[in-house]
Amino acid sequence: MNASQSSRHRRVGDSPAIKWLLIVTAVAVAIALLIMPLLVIFVEALGAGWGTLADNLTDQYTLHAIGLTLFVAALTVPLNLVFGTALAWLVTRFRFPGRKLLITLIDIPFAVSPVVAGLLYLLLYGRNGWVGSWLADYDMQLMFSWPGIVMVTVFVTCPFVARELIPLMQQQGSEEEEAGVVLGASGWRIFRTITLPNIKWALIYGVVLTNARAVGEFGAVSVVSGNIRGQTNTLPLHVELLYQDYNIVGAFASASLLAGIAVFTLAVKGFVEWRQTRTLNRLQTEETA
Amino acid sequence: MPSKLKGLFTGLALSASLFAQPAVSADRELLNTSYDIARELFAAYNVHFNQYWEEKTGETLEVSQSHAGSSKQAQAIIQGLKADVATFNQVTDIDILHARGGLIPENWAERLPNNSSPYYSTMAFLVRKGNPKNIQNWDDLIKEDVALVMPNPKTSGNGRYTYLAALGYAQDRFGDDQNKIDSFLQDFLAHVKVFDSGGRGATTTFIEREIGDVLLTFESEVLNLADRYDNGEYEVVTPKVSFLAEFPVTWIDEYVKQNKTEDLAKAYLEHLYSEDAQRLLAGFNYRVHNETVKQETSDRFPEVKLLPIDVIAGSWENATKEHFASGGKLDQLQRRR
Repeated sequence: MNASQSSRHRRVGDSPAIKWLLIVTAVAVAIALLIMPLLVIFVEALGAGWGTLADNLTDQYTLHAIGLTLFVAALTVPLNLVFGTALAWLVTRFRFPGRKLLITLIDIPFAVSPVVAGLLYLLLYGRNGWVGSWLADYDMQLMFSWPGIVMVTVFVTCPFVARELIPLMQQQGSEEEEAGVVLGASGWRIFRTITLPNIKWALIYGVVLTNARAVGEFGAVSVVSGNIRGQTNTLPLHVELLYQDYNIVGAFASASLLAGIAVFTLAVKGFVEWRQTRTLNRLQTEETA
Repeated sequence: MPSKLKGLFTGLALSASLFAQPAVSADRELLNTSYDIARELFAAYNVHFNQYWEEKTGETLEVSQSHAGSSKQAQAIIQGLKADVATFNQVTDIDILHARGGLIPENWAERLPNNSSPYYSTMAFLVRKGNPKNIQNWDDLIKEDVALVMPNPKTSGNGRYTYLAALGYAQDRFGDDQNKIDSFLQDFLAHVKVFDSGGRGATTTFIEREIGDVLLTFESEVLNLADRYDNGEYEVVTPKVSFLAEFPVTWIDEYVKQNKTEDLAKAYLEHLYSEDAQRLLAGFNYRVHNETVKQETSDRFPEVKLLPIDVIAGSWENATKEHFASGGKLDQLQRRR
């Protein structure tokens, strides 16, 4: 049916010349904008040999930056995993006033520039902020130390898990869970034996995205970090610092680590996506059956 | 499951203590907040000062450094970054620690010699190999085929200094003749091919993108660049008249009280004026006050008539209002082009 339609209405890209032109353009753009910069990172990092690369990566401050970045991600990911799952569960399994508004609010971190987000936290939790001045009376400080970095990272990455789960859970519907309720299962048991297996791959996908963003976040962290080397300098901030010192090899060495994490993330993401499509296809065949 | 969770939290707590806290192995700590390109300078000074302090008091020190644009640093200190000392490249950024933060007294600049500026610099030119356009002074910049690269005075302190240096030259040469001063500045701005947002951006434009005949920026930066490319690819030109760019320092009274570091913070800054430290600063291409070091480095830092801000524009506040504010002199001169 499709074939006969397209033979009557010719589409853009049907002629071989245009088809090849489009393919070549797309490939050229991908190479120029995506692949070349990625290659440059590794080429520059290795520019002075493996020894220099190793020296730069084992520098005391670089090691600390790596550790801090992983630590922040290790706190951010579980927090957003729980938050995102609970939120997706709430908005797809229950009807209540303000539900649509809540779904919209989830996207705020996507809509707000990270730098602005950082500033908002600073104005709220800084020494002169509403909450910050109150905390300062108890000698507690969140900004310019690791709790502040974790806070903004959680903010910036909080939509990823929920955004992955909501469409899937909406599509799956709640029949299976309702059956569980009728059969007298507890809420926790329903979640563990029905919901969780169904959303597993979407959940992992959300976690992968959250982790990638948490590791690479620059703007918001830059505002609240205080940039203290060896204390509050995360890996992306460390790259900037090295670059400003004209330590190009060092900067690219650290950048290559971030790029390495990104490439690894892509691989995991590809695998999870493939699994997820299989789950969705299975669901659809079950529905039609 | 609970035992696994327990393990996870123990692991997290452990890594928190490893990575989120400073590694305290020294008797005392000090936090120095500074501008973005001063990291190597203070890394070197810290080694020097640690040694001096240990010899003097027997205490070991851990001096932490924080570096970013000095306006951003001032903002962070006001919002609670508990730095013991601030070592900035703009007087106005220390002023707001008093005006908006109430963290230091108004007369902070009088507490240390030379306006609390242990070292200083000025604005200079970097030209390409052999100085093909024969640039010697400010009036050579407005010759017909000369293209300039400088940071934007609207967005960077560096650019403001350059603009004020040009203004200072024009005042010095034309005296009270406001029309001639304006027309020189207008010509000067018309020759700027690229206004970059910051100092490092302008450097990249000139060196990497090979745009322009003259790069205008701090003398310290210009000398660093000439050192970096020591095959004579670039040459340094210091004009006869220029702007006195101060690098002010202060201890932050409110926080040194809380951190109990008042004696240490003061000593850290006062020691910047010692002969050894001044020699170290000169090694990073800054001009210093110590007479002996001045003699030693006189070939590197030629005699320049340096005009302070009071002479050129009265005060920083005036300069901002009259020249850099929206609709100010800078805007007018660029519009008339």
